[in-house]
Amino acid sequence: MTTTTSTPDGVRPKRRRYGDLKVAMIFLAPATLGFVVFYIWPTLRGAYLSFTEYSLLSAPEFNGLDNYDRMLHDSFFWNALLVTVEYVVINIGLQTVLAVGIAMLMYRLTQSITVRAVILAPYLVANVVVALVWYWMLDFQIGIVNQGLTWIGIDPVAFFGDSHWAIPTVAGINVWRHMGYTALLVFAGLQTIPKYVYEAAEVDGASEMKTFWRITLPLLRPVMVMVLVVTMIGSFQIFDTVAVTTQGGPVNATRVIYYYIYERAFTRFDFGYASAMAMVLFAILAIVSLLQLRLLRAKESDLS
Amino acid sequence: MRTRVNPGRVVAWACLIVLMLLTLFPFYWMIRTALSNNTQLAGHPGSLLPVETTLGAFKRVLGLSTVAEAQAQGGSGASVNFWLYLRNSLVVATVTTVCQVFFSAMAAYAFARLRWPGRDKVFALFLAALMVPPIFTTLPNFVLIKNLGLLNSFAGIILPSAFMTPFAIFFLRQFFLGISRELEEAAMIDGAGHRRIFFGMIIPMSAAPITTLAILTYINSWNDYFWPLLVGQQEQVRVLTVALGIFRSQTPQGSPDWAGLMAATLIAALPMILLFLAFARRITNSIGFSGIK
Repeated sequence: MTTTTSTPDGVRPKRRRYGDLKVAMIFLAPATLGFVVFYIWPTLRGAYLSFTEYSLLSAPEFNGLDNYDRMLHDSFFWNALLVTVEYVVINIGLQTVLAVGIAMLMYRLTQSITVRAVILAPYLVANVVVALVWYWMLDFQIGIVNQGLTWIGIDPVAFFGDSHWAIPTVAGINVWRHMGYTALLVFAGLQTIPKYVYEAAEVDGASEMKTFWRITLPLLRPVMVMVLVVTMIGSFQIFDTVAVTTQGGPVNATRVIYYYIYERAFTRFDFGYASAMAMVLFAILAIVSLLQLRLLRAKESDLS
Repeated sequence: MRTRVNPGRVVAWACLIVLMLLTLFPFYWMIRTALSNNTQLAGHPGSLLPVETTLGAFKRVLGLSTVAEAQAQGGSGASVNFWLYLRNSLVVATVTTVCQVFFSAMAAYAFARLRWPGRDKVFALFLAALMVPPIFTTLPNFVLIKNLGLLNSFAGIILPSAFMTPFAIFFLRQFFLGISRELEEAAMIDGAGHRRIFFGMIIPMSAAPITTLAILTYINSWNDYFWPLLVGQQEQVRVLTVALGIFRSQTPQGSPDWAGLMAATLIAALPMILLFLAFARRITNSIGFSGIK
């Protein structure tokens, strides 16, 4: 940042400093209002509500750690966590591999904006729309995917109806929606790797694969960490697709934590308990991102 | 380096093309189904072209066909008030975008161009809010909106995102930081106040990033489902995404009106697809930014 503030006399900077505070308060007023009312206050209130019993009808009643204790014995909660983790693992695994693959392909083959735009297109369509289109395409009876499977001699799969397939299906749909976005992030990262590194590798006669594993991937680490943190935080919060397609079924197979919280809060008005679960989700996400940042030493690049 | 046909490149191109087809196919399938006659759909599930091409599904969804016509084509006959939902989505996305981008720009100006004690700490606090998962604030926000009597109102849907998002402020601040101070000093010597500098200099000079942010905000707001689902259930404020969810749950389980459903999703997605076609370069180029800064 430039710091060439001209100071014709000794008094002015101080006066300006004070003057700026007043101006700054005016410029910040609307954003601060929104920030305090819709971010800070609800964060504190959410923490408080997690220690209460609250049905939205009467005032919240403080009940200490009851909600958390209840959670320990709530098999639906544990199931929801388990299902969510399964979703996150499949989603992130598949998405990361595909995104890196697409990014490498684009990096080596083309700078075309059209290609990038096509790859990004699903990301710009609402989750609800994506869910509905795939719900139709994966229909057991007349969906095109099962038609294709039949053509090549595979029995149709009840993608949403079979409890083993439901979560991988939901995960796959979201991979389809997000892989282009992630690929573009990785692509941007690839472009920051200086050419001379590759030239040196070529001179040394390193193979294509070796170059990828030994040079590209390690140099991509800061970007990969960012991508992993962002996609992990995002995928823990899977809701729309489940809400539109399976609504938690079949038999809890897709009742992910976000959906369970939603059900508790808005169909059973168990607001305190829902807040407590949201609090646990918050804690999990905080730990996950801290761990990722630490394990992968996010701030350092192997270049420096 | 010589360019020659090498097998590796051919395979790589083939992979990329397959991936692009995989990306585009569902869009095509949406169009193909929407143009089909729903009653005939089950008989030709594998047909790559529309089955008995008709605009019936669109007419049905847009309320242009009679109940009898709709039922004859496999629709439920239930009226879908699509124009209303379209209007609601327009209102919500437009107001949200205008307010959020403008107020965030003001805040970004205060963080990037003004000097005041505690600035960096306050900014860090704003950024920290990015860490809080939305569901955590959504629950108390719902209570607040309910207590304010704003359930099922546009205000209730719009307010929480109208004033700012930490990301919007962060995004604009980065650009505002890059504007040279000399220009500002010169304007000040000419007697311009902060208001003039903000409106007359910073905003016009940042037209490109502001437009990009506005497009992204518009798309996000248009596509949002969870919050409007909670706060805007009633018909007069129901947005398209929520309407689609309801439309889906209303279609009969036995033989759903797939053609109608796809026509509806297509209409709901169309404005964003058009927006994307118009601003593809801007949007794709902005993606790298959000990660790499």
